[in-house]
Amino acid sequence: MTGSWPLARRSQALAQRGAIFTRIRMFFQGKGYLEVETPFRIPAPAPEAQIDAIPSDGWFLQTSPELCMKRLLAAGYSRIFQICRCWRAGERGTRHLSEFTMLEWYRAQADYRVLMDETEELVRAAAGIDSITYRGAKIDLSLPWERITVRDAFLRYTGTSAETALAAGTFDELMVEQIEPRLGIGRPTFIYDYPASCSALARLNAKDPSVAERFELYLGGLEIANAFSELIDPVEQRARFETEAAERASNGKHGYPMPEKFLAALADMPEAAGIALGLDRLVMVLLDADSIDDVVAFTTEEL
Amino acid sequence: MYTAADLRKGLKITIDNEPYIITHFDFAKPGKGQALYRTKMKNMITGSTLDRTYRSGETFEPASLEDRVMQYLYKEDDHYCFMDNTTFEQIHISEDAMGDAKNYLIDNLQVDVLLFREKAIGVDVPNFVNLRVVQTDPWVKGDTSGSDSKPATVETGYVLRVPPFIEEGELITIDTRTGEYSTRVKG
Repeated sequence: MTGSWPLARRSQALAQRGAIFTRIRMFFQGKGYLEVETPFRIPAPAPEAQIDAIPSDGWFLQTSPELCMKRLLAAGYSRIFQICRCWRAGERGTRHLSEFTMLEWYRAQADYRVLMDETEELVRAAAGIDSITYRGAKIDLSLPWERITVRDAFLRYTGTSAETALAAGTFDELMVEQIEPRLGIGRPTFIYDYPASCSALARLNAKDPSVAERFELYLGGLEIANAFSELIDPVEQRARFETEAAERASNGKHGYPMPEKFLAALADMPEAAGIALGLDRLVMVLLDADSIDDVVAFTTEEL
Repeated sequence: MYTAADLRKGLKITIDNEPYIITHFDFAKPGKGQALYRTKMKNMITGSTLDRTYRSGETFEPASLEDRVMQYLYKEDDHYCFMDNTTFEQIHISEDAMGDAKNYLIDNLQVDVLLFREKAIGVDVPNFVNLRVVQTDPWVKGDTSGSDSKPATVETGYVLRVPPFIEEGELITIDTRTGEYSTRVKG
């Protein structure tokens, strides 16, 4: 008993985590979504510049179920969701686990604005209450939630423009240090319309192709979800992957095989929007936990 | 040589020819963006602090410190006195330089005293120490309030969270790297 105390002390958190998962599944059932399971071990992850997969016997552990779920969309499944483990090499901190739990859902004939509304509903259903306290401050979950573009957030919180920051290579640093801590304070915030170069799999905005139709959700300064209107042009997608792969190579990172079956299926994919939501982080906020370690049964270090 | 991926709390590195210890560390990564390693560190000589954010690929020199095994003798005012086991030489270290290590100092404890250019600047205590609980509230059996831990004071005056079944007078093992309760010492 004594040696297992770090595990036993999380019993209440794990009970609440289980209840949140149950409410999420009920939410999707009520909206006609099919729960699917796709393989964790895949031959070719999306070649994104900044996301590193863990190799597994010649293949890779998935960094997200994105490519397999989109193949299901292309095959005619119109509303699907999945709760699964994902792995990202080298990501460990108070808000990061190298093995973590993702909720992804995809919806045909929808764009990212439809998903913003649905994400509001989902998070409210998962919480089961109208307001929560995180790190001593109240977060009111009743509508409307704040919506701000990336461009406006840079001007408001950093005094520089997103374009200048991108050119200077300080975009991510300003995002982490100046912008993120101010998002989702008091009420949740959607930050949307990311620079096109920060969105390898998102559709560009038809009216303003300098930005992609991508949004992130923040609660209490914590990034919870990332979503976009899906790019469904196989030629454009291949070119984006090649750009990302070239950036990987120039950073000395190992390459991945091109996900050819995904690219082939993309031609049949309907207009759709999809979202990846970090469930461990959502549970963190709902339970007012200081660290992601407090809301999982085991951390890597405890194995 | 360390890389940014090696950074963690407690690591000692050299910056501008001075030794620093990392006191807070976190990994941050904006969605689809690059990894950032955010640190707070303390100059091990002056005690001044520094906030730095690093990116993957950056490298660091380990702090060039010498360790000497010594025995803790006593505390006098705001200084702690240690003795070298072989030369019997005694040295004093200020409370500021002791950091969290002072939470675990009981008489005769063997520690590694850190020397930077012959000057004692701090100590490394063992990863696990056994300390006796001198005060904690009793646990009421059948308590359904759901609290899964309670505060306890150990013989050095340090206060930490322990499981409800720990009673006054018991010996417990503390992980000095985290400052947290580890196990109960039986017998």
